[in-house]
Amino acid sequence: MATAVDFRIRWGMVIDIDKCTGCGVCLSACQKENNIPPGQDPADRMRSLNWLFIYDLSKAPGGQPEAAFLPRPCMQCGKPSCVSVCPVIATDKNEEGGIVSQIYPRCFGCRYCMASCPYHARVFGWYDPKWTPEAKELITPHTSCRPRGVVEKCSFCHHRFMYAKDKARVAGEDPGHLAEDAYIPACVEACPTGAMHFGDLNNPEHAVYKLKHDPNAFRLLERLGTDPQVYYISTREWVRRLGDNYLDGEALNAPTHRYGVIGHGGGHAAAGAAHAAPAHGEPAHGEPAHGEASEGGQSGHGKE
Amino acid sequence: MDTALFPEGTERCSLGKFLAWLGFISLGLAFGLYAGFRVLITDALGVTALNNYFGFGLWITFDLAVIALGAGAFFTGLLKYILDIKELEKIVNLTVIVGFICYSGAMLILALDVGQPLRSWFGFWHSNVHSMLTEVMWCITCYLIVLCIEFLPIILEQKQLNKIPFIHYFAHNLHVVMPLIAGLGAFLSTFHQGSLGGMYGVLFGRPYVLRDGFFIWPWTFFLFVLSAVASGPAFSVVVVKLMEILTGKKLVDWSVKSLMGKIAGTMLTVYTFFKIVDTYAWAMDILPRTGLTFDELFYQTIYGKWLLWTEIGVCGVIPVILFMTPRFRNTPFLFYTAALLDCTGIVINRYVQTVQGLAAPVLPFDSWFTYAPNWAEWGPSIGVIAYGFLILSLAYRYLPVFPQEKALNVSQAAPPAAPLAEPVAPEPAPDAA
Repeated sequence: MATAVDFRIRWGMVIDIDKCTGCGVCLSACQKENNIPPGQDPADRMRSLNWLFIYDLSKAPGGQPEAAFLPRPCMQCGKPSCVSVCPVIATDKNEEGGIVSQIYPRCFGCRYCMASCPYHARVFGWYDPKWTPEAKELITPHTSCRPRGVVEKCSFCHHRFMYAKDKARVAGEDPGHLAEDAYIPACVEACPTGAMHFGDLNNPEHAVYKLKHDPNAFRLLERLGTDPQVYYISTREWVRRLGDNYLDGEALNAPTHRYGVIGHGGGHAAAGAAHAAPAHGEPAHGEPAHGEASEGGQSGHGKE
Repeated sequence: MDTALFPEGTERCSLGKFLAWLGFISLGLAFGLYAGFRVLITDALGVTALNNYFGFGLWITFDLAVIALGAGAFFTGLLKYILDIKELEKIVNLTVIVGFICYSGAMLILALDVGQPLRSWFGFWHSNVHSMLTEVMWCITCYLIVLCIEFLPIILEQKQLNKIPFIHYFAHNLHVVMPLIAGLGAFLSTFHQGSLGGMYGVLFGRPYVLRDGFFIWPWTFFLFVLSAVASGPAFSVVVVKLMEILTGKKLVDWSVKSLMGKIAGTMLTVYTFFKIVDTYAWAMDILPRTGLTFDELFYQTIYGKWLLWTEIGVCGVIPVILFMTPRFRNTPFLFYTAALLDCTGIVINRYVQTVQGLAAPVLPFDSWFTYAPNWAEWGPSIGVIAYGFLILSLAYRYLPVFPQEKALNVSQAAPPAAPLAEPVAPEPAPDAA
């Protein structure tokens, strides 16, 4: 099924859980930036249209009575479970930067991608979007408004990526080699505590490159082999341990050593091994050279 | 009033009684249409109990179940036309009609289930060849066309229609090419039954349904094919029995039913064996690789282990014993019990794969959520069942569905009456199954 594409640029996020206060500003910024209709209860995971959800880890099974909030955008997985299942190619991972796209006019709302995503990063338009006159005034031209009946998801504010590249072109710079803060999603920009960091995970000049190597960095459900482009950091072991499922007696950060990664049975064993990245290790394809970019360039399709 | 339309040599109830029956059926249809209207036009899918966690629910369970139960059409057609088991010609018409109802009903439900039904054609125009759902869409659509072609000669052989020479010869020629159509149907069906299983088996983000690491990924492909051919013939027999109860007539000879039971039992034996192996491999290999244990994938009563034990034990092993032991198989009560358990087991399987697979939390800090369908989902489901009753009622009244009906019911006109219990036929020849 899905195989990872060796993108030269991999936009990613590193979120410091120890700095997150769960204030929800990131959520509000996302809602405003991406024209998510008002009137939804952001705490209602079941029907909310919000692209970003904040989990209170202290209330989770295995949680401790300490403040620990985990903002969860789309993981923009290196090996997305959602892309290969979409019957109409309404979602894809084929653009330099590794952002998993969602094409709203193409989606016909079968929700198979939602069933496939273990992070619950995808939401569905259960109702007609209702825009009050006041809310209509706030609609931005950045992100297209969606009708009911389609699946939506975080795009790392992809339009900002486009604007940043346009700006670089106008300035005579290389749009394939953006400066660290040239492209930042709305949630990261809005975070008041500096808990969220964004950049090219493959670029040693970007902070996220260093942060993902932090010994306390981890990714969610890494042993499923989805290769997320979102990292989390916490100095607290119980928080890190909530990043993945562990059997009794299994050591933290060594989830794949005992049994290998999931999802690579039969003839896919070799591909599976290629993606068996350690919890805070490098992407399986190694560190690509960072140089000239080609617009929309890709080394292959996001599926096999 | 409509006596002239009845199949040759058969008796039917009065038109008034029939219309009253249709009126009863139309209640279910009206419920389905009302719920469909609310979903499609006024309220959108928000009126259902589906949500971001349970994107699939009753409707997908219903679709998968009826498609599996409708497998009697392709499998019986395969055995009759390709493997030339002639006894099955006495029931093959019914299996085709049941298959048609199941597949067309599933399509109707799907039209409600997708968020943008007017874009459904994108699946054919923008097909993602990597998606199991694409294969399902193509194969189900093509197979429904095949079922229409298989249904056509049954309609054309209606007594009055068949008097028209063109229609008579057209129907005859359709029969001539039927082995080819049946072969095509078997090919398409095998693939979409398998792809429906594959849809779940490929979900590597969902350890409850993921099935990799054995021969081919996803191997739910084979489990779904096997379970469909194990339950389809059993369901056809259940439908025959239901029609016999409702009409008060004998429609299919016991030997044919017994043969269908033996076929279902044989396939169920193979399926149950592999299902047990599958469950063991899942618990011992796949789940540990995801960091989960067998116990963690079950929750309270609603998603408890009893579902698994019921599926494999009560609805798997027991019907296997009942079907494969001649003494039990030829006892009508035990025979129909086995058929019902067989069908129930497959419905449970489709339910847990669909709903429990989504309910099981994957994120360690997430919780179990439960899902119960509401009236807006039950409505169309009941509507489709009513639609099935409508098609079967019309087909039974006006079409020559059961070639044995006339002969089996001759004795009813004169004493002595038919025996209370089903006549026990001798074992079919070994090569028949």
